[in-house]
Amino acid sequence: MTFTFNGVAQILVFFALLLLLTKPLGLYLVAVFEKKNTWFEPVFRPVERAIYWACGVDERREQGWKAYTIGMLLFEGAGLLLLYLIERIQSALPLNPAGQTNVDPLLSWNTAASFTTNTNWQNYSGETTMSYLTQMVGLASHNFTSAAVGIVLAVAVVRGLTRRSVQHLGNFWVDLTRCTLYLLIPICLVYALFLVWQGVPDNFSGYIQVTSLEGFKQLIPQGPVASQEAIKMLGTNGGGFFNANSAYPYENPTPFSNLIEMLSIFAIPAGLVYFFGKLTGDTKQGWAIFSAMAILFLVGAFIALGAEQAGNPQLTALGVNQSANEWALAQPGGNMEGKEMRFGIGSSTLFATVTTDASCGAINSWLDSYTPIGGMIPLVNMELGEIVYGGVGSGLYGMLVFAILAVFIAGLMVGRTPEYLGKKIEQYEMKMASLAILILPAFALSFTALGLVTQPGLAAIANGGPHGLTEVLYAYSSMVENNGSAFAGLGTTTIGNPSFVFYNWTGAFVMLIGRFAFVIPIMALAGSLGKKNVVPAGAGTFPTNGALFTGLLIGVIIIVGALTFFPAYALGPIVEHLQMINGISH
Amino acid sequence: MIEADQTSQTPTTAGAPTPRRGRIGSRVAKSRMPRRAASLFDPTITRRAIGDSFKKLDPRIQARNPVMFVVEIGSVVTTVEWIHTLIDPTLAGDRGFVFAVTVWLWFTVLFANFAEAMAEGRGKAQADTLRRARSDTPARRLILKAGAHPTRETATEQVGAPQLRKGDIVLVEAGDTIPGDGEVIEGVASVDESAITGESAPVIRESGGDRSAVTGGTRVLSDWILVRITSNPGETFLDRMISLVEGANRQKTPNEIALNILLAVLTIIFLLAVVTLEPFAIYSGNPVSITALIALLVCLIPTTIGGLLSAIGIAGMDRLVQRNVLAVSGRAVEAAGDVDVLLLDKTGTITLGNRMASEFIPVKGVDEEALAEAALLSSLPDETPEGRSIVVLASDHYGMKADQEAVNHLRLIPFSATTRMSGVDMNDTSAADSAQANGLRQIRKGAADAVLQWVNERGGPLPADLTPAVERIARSGGTPLVVAQQVGAEPAQVLGVIYLKDVVKAGMAERFEELRKMGIRTVMITGDNPLTAAAIAREAGVDDFLAQATPETKLKLIREQQTGGRLVAMTGDGTNDAPALAQADVGVAMNTGTQAAKEAGNMVDLDSNPTKLIEIVEVGKQLLITRGALTTFSIANDVAKYFAIIPAVFVATYPQLQTLNIMRLSTPHSAILAAVIFNALIIIALIPLALRGVKFRPIGAGKLLQRNLLIYGLGGIILPFIGIKIIDLLLVALHLA
Repeated sequence: MTFTFNGVAQILVFFALLLLLTKPLGLYLVAVFEKKNTWFEPVFRPVERAIYWACGVDERREQGWKAYTIGMLLFEGAGLLLLYLIERIQSALPLNPAGQTNVDPLLSWNTAASFTTNTNWQNYSGETTMSYLTQMVGLASHNFTSAAVGIVLAVAVVRGLTRRSVQHLGNFWVDLTRCTLYLLIPICLVYALFLVWQGVPDNFSGYIQVTSLEGFKQLIPQGPVASQEAIKMLGTNGGGFFNANSAYPYENPTPFSNLIEMLSIFAIPAGLVYFFGKLTGDTKQGWAIFSAMAILFLVGAFIALGAEQAGNPQLTALGVNQSANEWALAQPGGNMEGKEMRFGIGSSTLFATVTTDASCGAINSWLDSYTPIGGMIPLVNMELGEIVYGGVGSGLYGMLVFAILAVFIAGLMVGRTPEYLGKKIEQYEMKMASLAILILPAFALSFTALGLVTQPGLAAIANGGPHGLTEVLYAYSSMVENNGSAFAGLGTTTIGNPSFVFYNWTGAFVMLIGRFAFVIPIMALAGSLGKKNVVPAGAGTFPTNGALFTGLLIGVIIIVGALTFFPAYALGPIVEHLQMINGISH
Repeated sequence: MIEADQTSQTPTTAGAPTPRRGRIGSRVAKSRMPRRAASLFDPTITRRAIGDSFKKLDPRIQARNPVMFVVEIGSVVTTVEWIHTLIDPTLAGDRGFVFAVTVWLWFTVLFANFAEAMAEGRGKAQADTLRRARSDTPARRLILKAGAHPTRETATEQVGAPQLRKGDIVLVEAGDTIPGDGEVIEGVASVDESAITGESAPVIRESGGDRSAVTGGTRVLSDWILVRITSNPGETFLDRMISLVEGANRQKTPNEIALNILLAVLTIIFLLAVVTLEPFAIYSGNPVSITALIALLVCLIPTTIGGLLSAIGIAGMDRLVQRNVLAVSGRAVEAAGDVDVLLLDKTGTITLGNRMASEFIPVKGVDEEALAEAALLSSLPDETPEGRSIVVLASDHYGMKADQEAVNHLRLIPFSATTRMSGVDMNDTSAADSAQANGLRQIRKGAADAVLQWVNERGGPLPADLTPAVERIARSGGTPLVVAQQVGAEPAQVLGVIYLKDVVKAGMAERFEELRKMGIRTVMITGDNPLTAAAIAREAGVDDFLAQATPETKLKLIREQQTGGRLVAMTGDGTNDAPALAQADVGVAMNTGTQAAKEAGNMVDLDSNPTKLIEIVEVGKQLLITRGALTTFSIANDVAKYFAIIPAVFVATYPQLQTLNIMRLSTPHSAILAAVIFNALIIIALIPLALRGVKFRPIGAGKLLQRNLLIYGLGGIILPFIGIKIIDLLLVALHLA
């Protein structure tokens, strides 16, 4: 582990900025979802009403958890089919200057599932596959809706936890509309302009052919990038306009844009935690959860930084100088393979940590080239359940399930039936929470196992040995958890070959499971908790708003969330690390 | 003037009927433990439990516990593997290892069975004692013609107790055993209830009122009673008690089910982790043996809590029975741990049953001695506890002697609800003044307004300093008794006030403080007026009080608390308590109470001790804490087990993984075996804890959690590292691995 001032300062500055953002954004979320006045009321209120009028939505009528969830499923189902259709007929549609052909059926299906579920796993290169129209109407619009769906589901879950003796958790259509109008659109408008200022293009021009200094001819893709980039980060979607994602200068041109992109990943998830605390009536409840997230984030960020900055000892043994010079400005040092020079070690490892803590999946460096431990951090982050701030909405509701689990396991030790926020955790709640907890390890582990013993699964692995195991494990963890980042090194993009078929089918399946099979029991849990009365807190109640709870929560997350994967880590990154330091190559 | 409602609510006069709860109060002080807690490893129980552990291997029984069922299946598989090594000579090298793992896996199942059998055994021992009381008692059933009124003279027929049905009327005479639960409809008898309560002193059972309930299996010592049977055979109190302590047909409680769900899901997750490990291992180069995989699985799934869970539940029930409390269901015991509000009756629970005279306050112009003398005289023939206490105060503090001569001349004017006072009339022959000789001396004591009216009618004045004195006493929670006298034809004269004090039992304030730390609010229920109630509530240290309580206001209070999300516990014994007992989440009926009260509540306290509620809450909390502690411990154990087994199974594939063997266990086989042995032994080691329960400390939830997390969480992480290492060293030293 090696640390530079540069790397450490970046983590701390980033975290300080996040802290500054959390409360104002949380309060704004309260205004949006508790229907208080927002600044945008004069502009958007007429639009909002018009939408309700057109769709026949009665905004005062609230729904129970079932109606809310069914509404969500219908909406997402329709969006899935629409996206599939757009991909399949894009050649016949306008805004296709590069003349992209219709997308392969299986790839279309995988991509539709991927963008609907907020995963944005991409088995394609944007610049060679998708027309501008598909990017905008198909993919970017899904970035908005899948983010909004995640947020409103979390809002409904928080309502279930904080309301007392109610049948209703809100109206899905109203929440969805308000989330998009008052939260996502205003931020993205400003954000996109910022990106344009930093150098991100936003146009409908055809690809530009240039002659490089060496005299080679080069095609430079263009497109409506900035507008899509904004929601890609803010909505923790992560699907790049270009194949190289945020490593590409047109998506993420400067260290400044890099910082803002990272912040925009965590902004809404962190704000939602404050929102949660506010709705419980005790903001400390929110800060206790926030602290657990913060600690898990910081530990991960520092380990990734330390591992990458230390580099590979075998290279040091060969006389390669991997140390950073002063401030790590002129010479970044460490393991720079697969990293952009303009970001260096600090901005790369922090980005990788943030994108996998949340379910974003955008990347600005190649994880496949990370040191084993540096690359293990993103893997662990996802396998904890993406609850370290997490995806927009999904991070909070995933974390709340862990909170309920922690309260249940240890809460008994105060001598009462476990309660969280005054709600008794009983049979039904345990059933639903357990079901949700089971989904990730069940599907990630079994599909990884399948990939490791079947021919099409194995054929895609670029590197053998422990690294190959990590590649497959990473892929399925990323898809089940709706992250969408790739470890790379897994050859799944050659249309028609058996690996392409295998990974696209299984991938689409686990992405849908990871999103919807996960959230349905959680909504049922929220519905059941909403019906319960609140037991007033007293001296005998297990306090869930302090450091003790934060520590307990972290313990449960690590033991239940990560221990399941310990054998896989041992055979993947851990053994690879041990081999690396012992100078054994595979 | 004194407000009317203030005095009218207080049964002031010495002749006032003793409040009902006074009777209970008189039993409070007795604390005993008739149901001897069997020593933890009683040889007979242990022997029987060992036998039962094998019987419980039956998969149909085992399947009820998903965690241990998985271990049993694992044991069967490794047994097959072991047979395989016997047949296949190429596997001969693994024979010893597979055999050892197999044996210890079977032990794991047996140890868990043993824990459950031990808990059940302790209950069974108690059940056997109870069964002796349930012999086939003959009963004399009345042959009733339609519409005939049952009397002692009604013809009877001899039937066996099992033939009795609800509604039958039986005659029970001295020396007979009462054939079933019922209600006395005629007669009065002393009954020996020691079979049920362990209390040897006989109790009186009589028709009407709150002492009418009799229990099957108890014996009438004197007189006779007619009993209407209130339960069918098999449903009697004794039957319920037997099945309860035996743990037969034990229903899992809600929290236990919820915990079982969690354990089942953890088992599934670890099953998946282990099953998928094989493909990972194959990919990595070397498959892992089935035996090692099953060993890993058994070590990871929560066997410690899975194996001890039902023992904890049974033992919790058992602890309650040891305290002479019978719960209708385990659910009620769990609910007791959750109680937020305790409703406690003032009389008998918070205060000693009776008020005691503590001070004589004469009015101006009256000698203190004169007041004391009048008070003494008026109370001499008065046998109520209040009356006694006045005599005691007069003789102890004023040196007055009860003149036996005088007593003979006294005529008691008993208390009546209309006059609200009592007193004596006497011919004062000893008076020196001849004018007063042969004059009738009348002394009255009672509620202020009643006595003042009496004085007023007899031309007496109202002393100016009386009202302040009366008010002061009432405000401080006492009961003022005004004493007045009239001698001959003279105007009546107010002498002063007797201060009757409600004496709060010693140590109550500390108990309430303890309860407050547990997060439980105490509410005192009393028929007193609000002023008096407030004063006693302050002195006793309760959080709140309900004054001038009626069954309706009690019920209303419970409902209000429940609407606010709180769980309410209360005790009661009268028929009019029944609705409130039924409404309360934990309703503890006194065994001395009526049948209606016993049926309405979900627990019966055989000692009829209202402060028992506090112990019941502790038992409930202890039950939940024990479950939580062992669950946490069990899950925390996994960390060390991973570090023992993972390097062991993969070190052949990747020698570098030896680095993960942080315990430096000798060989892969010794490592796996040590983990399996630790996993099995920890169940045995924790049986005493499961049966006794983790101690509850009223130190506040945060501190309690911190403490338990440190012991069972952190301890659960560290202990197996040490334990596995020691077992590994022993295995090597003994050349077993």
